[in-house]
Amino acid sequence: MPPKTKVIKQRELNFLEKLYIPEVIRGVCITSGHFFKNLTLHSLHRIGLLRHIAAAVTIMYPEIKRRYPHRYRTRHRLTKRDDGTPRCVACMMCETVCPAKCIYIVAEENPDPNIEKQPKTFDIDLGKCIYCGFCVEACPEDAIRMDTQIMNIAGYTRESMYYTKDRLLNPEREGDIVKPSGSLR
Amino acid sequence: MIIEVLIKAVLAFIVLFSVLSFAGLHAWIERKQSAVMQDRIGANRASIFGFTLLGLFHPIADAIKLFMKEDFIPEGANKVLHTLAPCLSLVFAFAAFASIPFGDVLRIGGREITLQIANINVGLLYVLAMMSMGVYGVVLAGFSSNSNYAFLGGLRAASQMLSYEIAMGVSLIGLIMVYGTVDLQEIVRRQGEFRLFGLQAWGILTQPLAFFIFLTAGIAETKRIPFDMPEGESEIVGYFVEYSGMKFGMYMFADFIETILIACLTTTLFFGGWQVPFMHAPAAYSLGFALLQVLSFVVKVVFFAWLFMTIRWTLPRFRYDQLLSLGWKAMFPLSLANILVTALILLIRR
Repeated sequence: MPPKTKVIKQRELNFLEKLYIPEVIRGVCITSGHFFKNLTLHSLHRIGLLRHIAAAVTIMYPEIKRRYPHRYRTRHRLTKRDDGTPRCVACMMCETVCPAKCIYIVAEENPDPNIEKQPKTFDIDLGKCIYCGFCVEACPEDAIRMDTQIMNIAGYTRESMYYTKDRLLNPEREGDIVKPSGSLR
Repeated sequence: MIIEVLIKAVLAFIVLFSVLSFAGLHAWIERKQSAVMQDRIGANRASIFGFTLLGLFHPIADAIKLFMKEDFIPEGANKVLHTLAPCLSLVFAFAAFASIPFGDVLRIGGREITLQIANINVGLLYVLAMMSMGVYGVVLAGFSSNSNYAFLGGLRAASQMLSYEIAMGVSLIGLIMVYGTVDLQEIVRRQGEFRLFGLQAWGILTQPLAFFIFLTAGIAETKRIPFDMPEGESEIVGYFVEYSGMKFGMYMFADFIETILIACLTTTLFFGGWQVPFMHAPAAYSLGFALLQVLSFVVKVVFFAWLFMTIRWTLPRFRYDQLLSLGWKAMFPLSLANILVTALILLIRR
């Protein structure tokens, strides 16, 4: 059986459309409509009127940040217990699962007899991290999360991309943290 | 004698200064108008002491950056022509302003000053000649760069500008037939004197078809979107591909100046130049009215500059074959037909 070909007919341009100039005028009307509407709104905003109607969709990025979706993977943080110590028990699950091998943990004994270990150092080399989120999934203690909403991770040196336990535990010290919404602690 | 030279020098300075500052402002208008049209805000970060002034410092930042850049001449390029080409583009764009009338006669202290730098009695031909010379800057840039891309860009630019110049020139013949002169000042005056249905017979009323042809060819002449085939801003393979720093800036600047020139010409030829709509010059001469005429001219020019910018940010560019077939198969025959119809009407009315 020969293959069936479906022929889609393209709409022919009518005479006015072929003339091109009426269509150009229509296009110019649309764009200049936007122009005058936005220009009026911008001018009214200057004198403090109609501030609730936006004249542009722009978000002024470094000053105003957009909230990323709830499950978006941003910079890591280490969660804390109620007494302020890290929840991490240095089980090495995240270090093992990490495909980029960017997590470096050194374990030590925890003084609390109910908890076996705690991390002596917990470093993430964000220059190597690929933000796959496997460490969060692997963690049995909910000790590592990627919900800080910090996206502007940049540095002039490799060393500055190397985050130690102290920085990971206190992401709010980085200054531009957007507080995550929802029922997170 | 000395005073007459001085008066001309002052007029030339005024025109040069206004054209330069308006062209500089175009860099800002381009950014801001496109932003407002597309629901954006536009460049607003350049600041001096914390003042951004609606982004007006961005053109200054552009100029500083362009001056700081390395002035690169590629190996094997013709150094003299390579340097001369952008200057030619700029000089001819400026020179065309000499015969644009921006006002009627100004009477100060018993003197009659025509508000026009050079009162040439073939002003229209002079402007068209200067605009045609502009193609030399483009062709020389492509020719002297020792680069195949620049060469192809120069060829494309030359064929585009030549095909559109013919349609432009032919479309203006109908206008010359109606007003019976090629003196730009005189064309403007007759647009005020002639009557059509009781209105001042501006070129747009007497020659509507020529207006659209001239406008299209004029936009093509400025080498901006939708006719930016020679430049190809979106892929930067045009005749100025081998230019850097301020020489590249001069080409961009020449574009803006040509846009203003086309706006001035459209105003002069089709929108009554310095004529104030629905007003006649008072019998007794008044300085105020003369200045009102200059203001009327400026407002019209600014409107057309706005319109060209809107068109530039509205339409997608043509394909190259569409561009040439529009020029040769549509605009050229239409402008010829326009001459025929105009001639018939003039014959019947006589």
